[in-house]
Parts: sequence; structure tokens; C-alpha cells
Amino acid sequence: MMEKSRRSFLKVAGIAAIGLGAAPAMNFAASDSQGSAAAVKAKNPDALHAERWGMVILVKKINDKIAKQITHACHTQHNVPDFTHEVDTQKFPDTRPVNHNQEIKWIWKEKFHYAFPDKEDEFLNEKFHHLPFMVLCNHCKNAPCVQACPTRATFSREDGIVIMDYHRCIGCRFCMAACPYGSRSFNFRDPQPFIAETDPDFPTRSKGVVEKCNLCAERLAKGEQPHCVEAAEGAIVVGDLEDPASEIRKLLRENYSIRRKQSLGTEPSVYYIV
Amino acid sequence: MTKNMIMGGLAVFVLAVLSPFWFNMVTTTQAAPEPELLGPAKEARKCVLDKYDMRANHMSLLDEWRDAVVRDADRIYVAANGKSFNMSLSTGENSCLGCHADKAKFCDSCHTYTSVDPYCWECHTNPKEIE
Repeated sequence: MMEKSRRSFLKVAGIAAIGLGAAPAMNFAASDSQGSAAAVKAKNPDALHAERWGMVILVKKINDKIAKQITHACHTQHNVPDFTHEVDTQKFPDTRPVNHNQEIKWIWKEKFHYAFPDKEDEFLNEKFHHLPFMVLCNHCKNAPCVQACPTRATFSREDGIVIMDYHRCIGCRFCMAACPYGSRSFNFRDPQPFIAETDPDFPTRSKGVVEKCNLCAERLAKGEQPHCVEAAEGAIVVGDLEDPASEIRKLLRENYSIRRKQSLGTEPSVYYIV
Repeated sequence: MTKNMIMGGLAVFVLAVLSPFWFNMVTTTQAAPEPELLGPAKEARKCVLDKYDMRANHMSLLDEWRDAVVRDADRIYVAANGKSFNMSLSTGENSCLGCHADKAKFCDSCHTYTSVDPYCWECHTNPKEIE
């Protein structure tokens, strides 16, 4: 029988313990250095970036024709239903009769005293009553809809866009109650029969979800300007509010601008130059 | 109790327990449909993940894609095999349906067979169906 001193036993045991501990660490290091097998998610190289997206609307440049153009461009390309549209009964045979009071809107023309109820003075300049104010989601810095949403379907993106994940919307409409601007619409019924021509580049919505303007996040991601900007013939400018050199900051520096219901503290990102 | 009765009872029991197996043997079952590769997918033969991973996990992948697109504004997926894809079900050449041309033969055949009814197409549009 081999004689083992306590000392030599401890030596061997210690070396064995180091060996056992080292093996997994070595394996881990080896697998990590291979490294090529991980998938990466990335932005389109042409995508437009901003610290905080904002919009300036030059109200004087908008007339009824341009206002119509803007709404049309936005609504057709985002598949926003129009309940005055004649339903194709062949394609959608089970469509119930339409309630024409129902509306779904992303951007639309509004009268001054509805858009700016707190700014309606007793002897307001007459022209304000006739100017078409384009109203839409204000993409507020402190968006009350984001705080109200129980499922985080509505959230503030890093770049300031208040956007919705329609998959997560449960249709509770808390956001609609929270939004002081009426910028949100609810799909009380399946919108598809009321879309004249479905644009394949953007999904439609389903019954039971809220919808609103997304500042054309899908276009900014491709490096394109929002639909309303393209249709507005220079009356709408979208850019970075946090960049002092941006075009919208220049416009805001040089002109007097107003925001909707500013006193509520939601910090809207849509400015109106009147 | 006689030995015969016990043996008979045992035989009935064994048959009953094994019923799923012999039932499957005597009846003909429909074979699972193979997803058909049509359009650009036929030539490419290289998907986002490898075939078996895709079969098992495409739904988790789509879930991940949706969060990436909507929440992080990341729209390009560079797969482990080096190819890059547009993280979209149906928009553009480089999306799922852009490559797999026929939704009925690619998505629906298996989903129908397995009685899965995903609600993707309640909102997302199959560009071929619009006309």
C-alpha cells in the first residue's frame, strides 16, 4: 500500500480543483472567440435620425386644397378607413350598415376655436376663424396616453415619436380618454371594408384597436419624409427639435409659434406658426 | 375466477390501452403537408434560420422582429448565415412574402393542417390578394 502524507494529498487535490474549475472557463472562452454565429438587428443606413422628432406647421401656407391633399395622402397610404366609402358587397358580404358619425382620423383640418380653445379671445383677429389648422397627434414629450396605457401598447420611442404597437392594444381606450387633443380613433368595427384601396406597404388595423398618427416612422426608417410633409407643398416641416441647427429650430427661432393646450404640460412637439 | 377469464380480461385491457396505436394503423391519416418553396425562395434556398430551426421557432422570430421594428426602429436583420433581411411580413422584396411568393402554399397549408389560426393576416396584407 502506498503511503500518502497529508501534505501530498492536499497538493494533488488543489491541482485537481484548479483543473476542474479551468475547464468550463476555457470552453467558454473558446466558444466566445468563434463569435460569427450571432444574428444582428440593425437600422437601415439611410434612416433619418433625431434626438426628438418635431413638426412645424406654417398655417398661412395651407389652404383648403392643400389640407385635403395632406389628409388624403396620409389616410390612403396608412389604410385609414373612410366610413363614407361604398362597401364592396361582393368582397365583404356581411358588412353591417354604416353609422356615418363614426370617423377614424390621423391628420385633419380643424377650426381655430376647436384646436386652440384656450386661445380664443373675445375679439380675436377675424382671419383665425377661417384658417385651416391641421391637427394630428402631437407626439408629446410627456404624453398622457403613454402613462394611461395599461399594456404599453402606446409608448414613447427614444426619438420622441409616440407610437403604437397594435398587436398589444386591448382596446380599453384609456389613451383616448387621456389624450387632450382627440388625436386617437377607435376601430369600433372591422375597418377593411371601408378602405377604398389597400396600400400593401402598410398594414391595416383590426376591430377593437385604437389608432393614430405614427409620424410616418416607417418612412423615416427608409430615409423618406412623412407623407404629410410631401403633400403639404412646404407648409409642414419635420425635423429634430433638439438640434439647434435643424430647419425647424430655425423656423421656431425666427417666428412666433403656438402649441395646442400648452398649459396642460404635455409638451407637444407640433408647433404652429400663424 | 377462472384462468380464462383473467386472460380474456387482460387481452381486452391491453387492446384498450394500445388503442391509439392500432387505431392509427388501421385508419389512414393525412400526411403533413410540406411547405412549398416557390418564387425567389426556390432559388435562394437560404432562409433566416436553418430549416428545422425555422420550422420550430418562426413564431418567436416574428415576435422578436415585431418588437425590434416597432420599439427599437431596427428594420434590418443580419442573420447568422450572413444574409440580411427586411424584418417585415409582407412589404418589399426582402420580406417573408417577398421571397415566399405563395402564402397559401407556404403559410396556410401547414397552419390549416395543424389547426393553427394566427391572426397575422387580419391586418397585414398579402400584396397578391389585393388585386
